[in-house]
Amino acid sequence: MSETHAKPRLLTPSRPVGIVGYGAYVPRYRLPAQEISRVWTGGMGGTPIQEKSVPGPDEDTATMSIEAARNALARAGDVDPAEIRAVWVGSESHPYAVKPTSTIVAEALGIVPYTQAGDWEFACKAGTEAMVAAMGFVGSGMADYALAIGMDTAQGRPGDALEYTAAAGGAAYLIGPAEEALAVIEGSLSYVTDTPDFWRRAYQKYPEHGQRFTGEPAYFKHITSAARAFFEVTGTGPQDYRFAVFHQPNTKFPTRVATSLGFSREQFETGLLVPRIGNTYSGAAIIGLSAILDVAEPGDRILMVSFGSGAGSDAFGLRVTERLPARRQRAPFTQEYIARRTEIDYATYARWRGKLVLK
Amino acid sequence: MEISRHWRLKKQRYALIGEVCPHCEAKIFPPRDVCPECGDEAKTEFAFSGRGKVYSYTTVQNAPQGYADAAPYTVALVQLDEGPMVTAQLTDLGSQKVEIGMPVEMVTRRLRSEGDQERGMLVYSYKFRPAEFQRLAVAAD
Ligand SMILES: [Zn+2]
Repeated sequence: MSETHAKPRLLTPSRPVGIVGYGAYVPRYRLPAQEISRVWTGGMGGTPIQEKSVPGPDEDTATMSIEAARNALARAGDVDPAEIRAVWVGSESHPYAVKPTSTIVAEALGIVPYTQAGDWEFACKAGTEAMVAAMGFVGSGMADYALAIGMDTAQGRPGDALEYTAAAGGAAYLIGPAEEALAVIEGSLSYVTDTPDFWRRAYQKYPEHGQRFTGEPAYFKHITSAARAFFEVTGTGPQDYRFAVFHQPNTKFPTRVATSLGFSREQFETGLLVPRIGNTYSGAAIIGLSAILDVAEPGDRILMVSFGSGAGSDAFGLRVTERLPARRQRAPFTQEYIARRTEIDYATYARWRGKLVLK
Repeated sequence: MEISRHWRLKKQRYALIGEVCPHCEAKIFPPRDVCPECGDEAKTEFAFSGRGKVYSYTTVQNAPQGYADAAPYTVALVQLDEGPMVTAQLTDLGSQKVEIGMPVEMVTRRLRSEGDQERGMLVYSYKFRPAEFQRLAVAAD
């Protein structure tokens, strides 16, 4: 068994890197879980969250990534878009099966043509996978800036448990040199195994999931293992972090995993957005991080651990710099996006999300 | 085949990139390489802020081909803060009533699918939504 002799090692580039700009995006429409329950269970039974965000009929992962990336650039001092050497979009809801989302985003942001562009896929951790790659890209000195985005417009089969939470939103991170950073990335560590907890085959609209198999061997094992290994190699513990944020498919999972790792509610509630916007998949952990960066103070340390089915977790340690408080004023706060809210009913949702059969 | 036209227009459509006249400073949208104010050549790129006001508007019930999915929707004549007038869809109105003079901001959205609804190329373009984050608009002035 490779697990028995493998030792966890921190990923940390020779040139220190950090987040030089960040931006969130949440569509304005909300579908209350109670409304889904009304349609499918006569309003009986509990709901895993309060309400979820729903993209408008003219929104998709490309348009939402563009707005989040514009916010990230607005916060990034005076970075010339032409200096950004990579645009990487992590999602499981790219608008095309073949044709990159990333080129549309790069074009809209003026980052073309001398750049890498690519779409990343690893269920809900595609965005943090792109962030790790961006750390390497900048940390090697090959590039000064790389843009990593995690964004989704997730879909659940009508009536399925996932329909209550499958939501839309995400965040964009401009990774750059530590000396320009709003938050320095102290290192990352990933924990990955082949675990069949959730999947969607080619040409299928809705995903399948391994029911209760999604909990213990998947979400909890990977997040806990990544976090514990991260603590071990960095010599830190929960007491060293003012904030912690985790992948959040519902309210219960991140609350339980945070508590079991030794974090108090005060440490994890700032980044826990799922009750009010739902599970934004590739966006879930990193939009929680953007809500934390909106309020964190210089010197604060933050632990973020994502999770993607299939399965794996990326753990990151960040330290906020003195640049953050002034710079974050330049774009909308995550909570400002959450506060703007138009409630829709199930019928509107069904029309917008293509759940009506027209032919 | 419209694909080549969409491709040529992507810069102005995705990011509201127009021109500024090097002679009289007039801001030009859509770009046309000749200044409408002084008639001189104007090819310098200019990125508009995306902020503007509704000058007039109408609601489209019977949408032209390719736009049926979005109907009913509102089309407005938007006066950009920098001067030029653009015609564009309004979006994210929710239950908000449109009014003349209403401040709006540019967003890049999906306009339609070219040809077949499920197989065609996706066309993205600027639209305008009610100005959301007054805190930022004030800071930018
Ligand atoms: Zn002129």
